[in-house]
Amino acid sequence: MRHLIDPLDFTVEETTALLDLADRILADPAAFADKCKGKILATLFYEPSTRTRLSFESAMLRLGGRVLGFASADSSSAAKGESVADTIRIISGYADIAAMRHPKEGAPLRAARYSLIPVINAGDGGHQHPTQTLTDLMTIRRKHGRFEGLTIGLCGDLKFGRTVHSLVKSLARYEGVRFIFISPPELRMPSYIIKETLLPRGIPFEEVTSLESVMPALDILYMTRVQRERFFNEEDYIRLKDSYILTPDKLALGKDSLAVLHPLPRVNEIALSVDDDPRAAYFEQARNGVYVRMALILTLLEVPV
Amino acid sequence: MINVDSIENGVVLDHIKPGTSLRIYHLLGLDKLDHTIAVIQNARSTKYGRKDIIKIEGEEALNLNLDMLGFLDPNITIIRIQGGRVIDKRQLSLPETLVNIVRCKNPRCITSIEEEIDHIFKLGENGEYRCVYCEERLSRSSL
Repeated sequence: MRHLIDPLDFTVEETTALLDLADRILADPAAFADKCKGKILATLFYEPSTRTRLSFESAMLRLGGRVLGFASADSSSAAKGESVADTIRIISGYADIAAMRHPKEGAPLRAARYSLIPVINAGDGGHQHPTQTLTDLMTIRRKHGRFEGLTIGLCGDLKFGRTVHSLVKSLARYEGVRFIFISPPELRMPSYIIKETLLPRGIPFEEVTSLESVMPALDILYMTRVQRERFFNEEDYIRLKDSYILTPDKLALGKDSLAVLHPLPRVNEIALSVDDDPRAAYFEQARNGVYVRMALILTLLEVPV
Repeated sequence: MINVDSIENGVVLDHIKPGTSLRIYHLLGLDKLDHTIAVIQNARSTKYGRKDIIKIEGEEALNLNLDMLGFLDPNITIIRIQGGRVIDKRQLSLPETLVNIVRCKNPRCITSIEEEIDHIFKLGENGEYRCVYCEERLSRSSL
């Protein structure tokens, strides 16, 4: 039995197979509409995350399965002090597969060790969010048809953003990928990612503080939010926040083939006027999340497709 | 010169970095045992000049889990003694995993709230230990 806890749990080949399946589902959803008939997905959300939960539920419903679960710890047995290990053993008798969101890092791994059904990490604190990574990969591949040789810009909060860490680790497995990290010095990519992931493999990367200067080189621009609370003082935040907002003026410097991604929700880091640009791919990215989760559910349940 | 009797059955931890034996005594939980234990500090050493030594008397001491010593002080030699004779001497290497030897200090880790959960650190390729749950790095100074 397989689980998905860390984005690197799947090999490059397994990831490719999963993305191929997601593309097939997107091309012909009707062909998969009954694939999970009679199966139940449990969404165990110990903290609210409406979009991720609904994406999982939509995925299972579109496969003809059913869903049950809870949307916050208050409405679960965790409020009575039940451990994750006990909860998953109980849920194993109620459902065929589980997606778990938990504020504590490593909770889905703990669950997987006691579970009799596949467990999907739907986000564990600031640690991992593998289905977001798969969604990002699917969107990048659909936009460019490949990962190899792409120049990927990641912009904003690169220090605390778990989605960018997972994405860098995943993309680093492909040949010829080059990274440009665009952030204020306070929110740079952590040195352990650079030392453990990029340097040993000789993967080229640059660290810059200005988005405009690198815009023409990018194939992908992955935006993240620069949060006020990450700064030591208000002055720095005010000084820097506009540097990391994508506007039509900045986007005008980019290639025609550029794709702009964002894990959403956005606050103000992408101007609303960018939404109409064909290079804005973030809403498509959110839609892809459903297809990639459908592919993941089918894969983990070992449903013949 | 202080004389400490040699032991008949038990374990001697030799070549401990001078001044650290009491810390190791507590980290190994030796204070919770009812064995006869000698902690010798600043003994003369031909190899290192000075060293600490811990002697633990008792047959059961042969079964103590001493894996964490490889992490704490890789220069320590473990000498196991049975019937007054040395049955083996071993140098330490870094253990692959540390289970319930150190606690994860990351307050965001599941180990901070889940009952009866093992605290497990795995040795990575770069010689660092990380919590298997949250990947928090373990530093020796945090012990």
